[in-house]
Amino acid sequence: MQYLKDVVTLKLDPAKCSGCMMCTIVCPHEVFSMVDKKASIKNKDLCMECGACEMNCAEGAISVRSGVGCAAGIINGILRGTNASCDCSISPSDCC
Amino acid sequence: MIPQINIQNLRPATYFVPSVSTTLGFKDYLGAVKVRWGFGRNNYTIKPGLYKVGKPNSESDVFVSANYKLSFDSLRKNLTNIDAWILVIDTKGVNVWCSAGKKTFGTKNIVKSIKETSLEGIVKHRKIILPQLSAPGVAAHEVKEQSGFRVIYGPVRAKDIKPFIEAGYKATPPMRKVTFPLAERAKLIPVDFMYGKYKLLIALAIVFVLSGLDRTGFLFSKMISTCAFPISNVIGAYLAGIVITPLILPYIPFRTFSLKGATMGILLTLGLVQLFTVTYLEIVSMGFISITISSFVAMNFTGSSTYTSLSGVLKEMKWAVPFQISFAVMGLILFIVSKLI
Repeated sequence: MQYLKDVVTLKLDPAKCSGCMMCTIVCPHEVFSMVDKKASIKNKDLCMECGACEMNCAEGAISVRSGVGCAAGIINGILRGTNASCDCSISPSDCC
Repeated sequence: MIPQINIQNLRPATYFVPSVSTTLGFKDYLGAVKVRWGFGRNNYTIKPGLYKVGKPNSESDVFVSANYKLSFDSLRKNLTNIDAWILVIDTKGVNVWCSAGKKTFGTKNIVKSIKETSLEGIVKHRKIILPQLSAPGVAAHEVKEQSGFRVIYGPVRAKDIKPFIEAGYKATPPMRKVTFPLAERAKLIPVDFMYGKYKLLIALAIVFVLSGLDRTGFLFSKMISTCAFPISNVIGAYLAGIVITPLILPYIPFRTFSLKGATMGILLTLGLVQLFTVTYLEIVSMGFISITISSFVAMNFTGSSTYTSLSGVLKEMKWAVPFQISFAVMGLILFIVSKLI
């Protein structure tokens, strides 16, 4: 299954990469692969912008605008004037 | 008030650690079914802290889990015949992946839990095993810096923990990959179904009442005798978007969820036309309504899916929401007109 093409904000600066492979470990969609001991983006369109790679890149070589890819969350965010929040509480009283 | 003394800080290695079974009981299964349907879902928690399975010692592995009971249960049932510690962190009763997105399953909370449970006095090694899907909330290098514990990301699914350990704490590529098979999609349907139930009732009430409109005003008998078609469309479109679309997701054309849902909405109305004798205008109006409802609820399934990105959903919504609103308005106007001519 693949979502929309050419929308993802994922960026990698190979110059900063130390080759620790952490991004290949945490990515749930095999977006990265190792080329000559450096990370490279192999399947950009498979990225779901979860942000795991950016969080775990000690060198700060990766950037991505991460957030919930959830229409209900985005609508909630607009209605409440906050960021898209993935608050799937069923009863409205249980707000986090 | 007497100041509370934290016993854990005074006696690091010997304080009581509750033991949990690796077998789930009837109550655990019943609880899982209930929360899948949304009942008590926001309060299905276990107390954060340290737990043990089997007879762990200072060399045993430490697995970190969320305090959503469904997450905790799926971990412990996959630790049969393993002696291990389970460090449950306070994620406000939210599962691993979602709480990582909110950063409650995060660096700060993990470091805090390590300190609070005096983990360094309980195990001699300095490593903790986290579910891979907690990675969006956790910076492994910062956990190490702040607590001395090295983070090892385990597999995505708890059922792969044993092969992961046997392979020397190495996950194979399939273990690292999130999939979205039929069984997973089906599991998520009940919660989504319950999530929109009030919106469904409002839509039903609207078309029910509008069914009674007449040139002469409002006829109760007309409302009763003609409401079946619009009501079938509304309920049907809700089910088409929330049940059918997720089930056959990969087989419906289009990448955007709103178009997948819209397709199912059109098919629904075309199918219902075979069962009812109604005017063309009413068919067209209900076609608009079905498309709107099915498209909207299918679009919301992006939140349950495991492969949609924020940028993608924003792009989709930019045109999908205006189109849904205009279809809803057109559908309602045409429906009212069909009642008045």
